[in-house]
Amino acid sequence: MTRQEYMQQKRSEAWRDELRKSVKAKERGERPRVHMPELDPEIRSHELKMEVNQGLTEEQAVFEAGRCLDCANPTCVTGCPVEINIPTFIKNIERGNYLEAARTLKETSALPAVCGRVCPQEKQCESKCIYIQKMGKEPVAIGYLERFAADYERLSGQISVPEIPNRNGIKIAVVGSGPAGLSFAGDMVKRGYDITVFEALHEIGGVLKYGIPEFRLPNDIVDVEIDVLRKLGVKFEKNCIVGKTISYEDLHTAGFKGIFVGSGAGLPNFMGIPGENLIGIMSSNEYLTRVNLMDASNPESDTPVQLGKKVAVVGGGNTAMDAVRTARRLGAERAVIVYRRSEEEMPARVEEVKHAKEEGVDFLTLHNPLRYEGDEQGHVSRMLLQKMELGEPDASGRRKPVPIEGATEWMDVDEVIVSVGVSPNPLIPSAFSGLEVTKWGTIVINESTMKTDLPDVYAGGDIVRGGATVILAMGDGRRAAASMDEALRGKE
Amino acid sequence: MNKIVEKEHFSANVIKLVVEAPLIARSRKAGHFVIVKVGEKGERVPLTIAEADVEKGTITLVIQTVGVSTNKLCALEVGDSITDLVGPLGRATHIENFGTVVCAGGGVGVAPMLPIIEAMKKAGNRVVSVLAARSKDLIILEEQVRKHSDEVIIMTDDGSYGQKGLVTDGVEAVINREKVDLCVTIGPAIMMKFVSLLTKKYNVPTMASLNTIMVDGTGMCGACRITVDGKVRFVCVDGPEFDAHKVDFDEMLLRQRAYK
Ligand SMILES: Cc1cc2nc3c(=O)[nH]c(=O)nc-3n(C[C@H](O)[C@H](O)[C@H](O)COP(=O)(O)OP(=O)(O)OC[C@H]3O[C@@H](n4cnc5c(N)ncnc54)[C@H](O)[C@@H]3O)c2cc1C
Ligand SMILES: Cc1cc2nc3c(=O)[nH]c(=O)nc-3n(C[C@H](O)[C@H](O)[C@H](O)COP(=O)(O)OP(=O)(O)OC[C@H]3O[C@@H](n4cnc5c(N)ncnc54)[C@H](O)[C@@H]3O)c2cc1C
Ligand code: SF4
Ligand code: SF4
Ligand code: FES
Repeated sequence: MTRQEYMQQKRSEAWRDELRKSVKAKERGERPRVHMPELDPEIRSHELKMEVNQGLTEEQAVFEAGRCLDCANPTCVTGCPVEINIPTFIKNIERGNYLEAARTLKETSALPAVCGRVCPQEKQCESKCIYIQKMGKEPVAIGYLERFAADYERLSGQISVPEIPNRNGIKIAVVGSGPAGLSFAGDMVKRGYDITVFEALHEIGGVLKYGIPEFRLPNDIVDVEIDVLRKLGVKFEKNCIVGKTISYEDLHTAGFKGIFVGSGAGLPNFMGIPGENLIGIMSSNEYLTRVNLMDASNPESDTPVQLGKKVAVVGGGNTAMDAVRTARRLGAERAVIVYRRSEEEMPARVEEVKHAKEEGVDFLTLHNPLRYEGDEQGHVSRMLLQKMELGEPDASGRRKPVPIEGATEWMDVDEVIVSVGVSPNPLIPSAFSGLEVTKWGTIVINESTMKTDLPDVYAGGDIVRGGATVILAMGDGRRAAASMDEALRGKE
Repeated sequence: MNKIVEKEHFSANVIKLVVEAPLIARSRKAGHFVIVKVGEKGERVPLTIAEADVEKGTITLVIQTVGVSTNKLCALEVGDSITDLVGPLGRATHIENFGTVVCAGGGVGVAPMLPIIEAMKKAGNRVVSVLAARSKDLIILEEQVRKHSDEVIIMTDDGSYGQKGLVTDGVEAVINREKVDLCVTIGPAIMMKFVSLLTKKYNVPTMASLNTIMVDGTGMCGACRITVDGKVRFVCVDGPEFDAHKVDFDEMLLRQRAYK
């Protein structure tokens, strides 16, 4: 059965027919989209760990689920990189069967509570919803509903841990415990394999733990998912760097029959402008790692972090938004985004930009840093900014920012967080000889099988795509699991 | 969790710990370091692997207590475990037969120097080690260094042991006396800066092992960055050793004070 046929079959179940007919489509279409209850901006701009989005109430969720028309040809699904069976899970919410909704999500997504929070839904599933495509209305709040179902399952304490019928004992290694590695591990353990995940850091979760702050994605949520994997039998080896602590050959000697590399794009880019090494200037990775992974702002933690009063964050992506909102929460009187294009071109999620503004973050768009100056102690004190204007569209289709000649200005700062992108982690490519890499340092794979040039090595997530998204990384993990399983079974 | 199997006090604030870490013991080379973290809320601090015993599956760390984390680590006793320990990190030292190598170590810098001295000797070099400290009781690992060196020169600031003078005086004496093919220096940044200035004057190629502030030690944060030959490099993955004549030591000295 193809995926489409399967979705059709689900759709034609009797209860679905009945539910569809129970409310007129016109009436559904007239309902306004729900608003996510949010923590008051005044409170949350001082609270590092309180989640901003509070989650839908049951009433809101059921009402919103009723907006979904249960389309015969659900275009929303085409916008989801893992093709979640969106109408099926939403209709289960509408009829009050939340656990079944969660189960539907888990058919294709390893971490629905995570994706419901951090997926750029407005660019993916929701952008393809018939409401926005054909009806000129706000799309069904698929992301909010996904989060509702996943949270309901978690809070109910009835998380389904699938039975694993036949363990085949074949050992598989996973490099990296970010979303790519976790989803691969989940899929493979369910197929009966003996999975060990190796993680370089002292915490499991990759960017979900050290990057994305708790006010957007609480650590507990990630931990619950990791716990499920543990219960399924996945082993986690922290503080173990593949390519350093153990080699490719060691993995073979230890009997691993397949390796999935999900080592991420963890290397921070700097701009290479004068003064960038002054004290108080750091990468967003350093800032967020100190605060999120090392809990540096907690007085009980030994790791220090600088608490700037006048903080500039350079960049316009999710990472920049996370850093600037964190700085605000840690007491910055002025926290400002410095971005060289205009707000329209910002890669950050619309919601993050909105939240940042509500929290008092300033936006200085069409400005680009030229250099920094510091005081006698070598601490940054001001930055020189070049004003920009938008010119012709560039290769990415976005209008290219060009400097306005002679238009520069100084801005006083005591902390600068540089968030201008990341590069792939070179460790695995340099430790596994025979892997082909692109000029950007990403690992080359066959896109349908996720297989690298080495016969037993598969890869996915940011190490293959450069900086991408959680759901794409997860999708890669899933695809790699399916094709590695096929390859291994073919050998039997 | 890595268990401590041996502990020895070299001086009031320099302590040797032998720690169980079989995988690291096997894969490490001279010049590599580890990152350790003590306690759930501990900091990640880099420490050089001074020695390793593949058979026993242990590595040796020599730690100078300077602040919170090094004190916490040195308060651990035999039988206790280090919460997190990861490695080996960094690039291994480039070892070959250069001819005559002068190894100039200051204070606790002698610990990371030891495996390099040993490897240089094994590669056939004539090794002259210059150990320097403020006073006699701060000279560490002398016996181990002697075992692998052709000659050992001791320098103390106060003249309480060996010759009175700075590490640079000892190095200069050797350079004036014989042909030196390579100098390796490890110690406080300020000491490495002056060794580097000296050897530059004499055109002796010099390698310095840098101890910048680090967080992850895997290239992920950039806290350890530094300017070498006008380019930004990450000490944890591009180093820790660099051509000393190209390192911007003044910048490094400032950056080390970031959290003072
Ligand atoms: C601050 C921030 C905010 C973001 N916000 C969003 C968002 O809102 N929505 C969204 O969809 N995406 C977001 N992203 C992007 C998203 O997090 C990434 O695309 C995703 O995490 C990539 O997953 P991954 O599994 O490929 O790698 P990662 O999550 O980077 O995980 C890789 C893991 O591998 C480990 N590792 C690396 N090398 C080795 C080795 N040799 N041995 C052992 N372990 C190793 C690393 O320590 C790391 O834990 C954000 C990213 C950042 C940094
Ligand atoms: C690659 C590498 C290898 C190292 N090997 C060793 C080793 O084998 N033995 C050893 O004792 N130390 C070594 N160090 C230095 C050690 O990491 C620091 O002394 C330690 O991080 C200080 O932590 P703390 O919390 O105790 O002190 P903190 O409270 O952080 O600082 C106390 C004082 O030490 C200074 N300081 C902080 N970090 C460093 C640093 N990285 N280097 C020099 N001074 C610093 C601070 O400016 C401050 O004055 C190494 C450093 C690097 C980067
Ligand atoms: S996983 Fe992301 S893209 Fe897919 S349905 Fe959920 S929110 Fe939409
Ligand atoms: S396109 Fe929109 S209305 Fe149609 S099934 Fe998908 S979410 Fe529901
Ligand atoms: S310590 Fe983080 S990049 Fe070197």
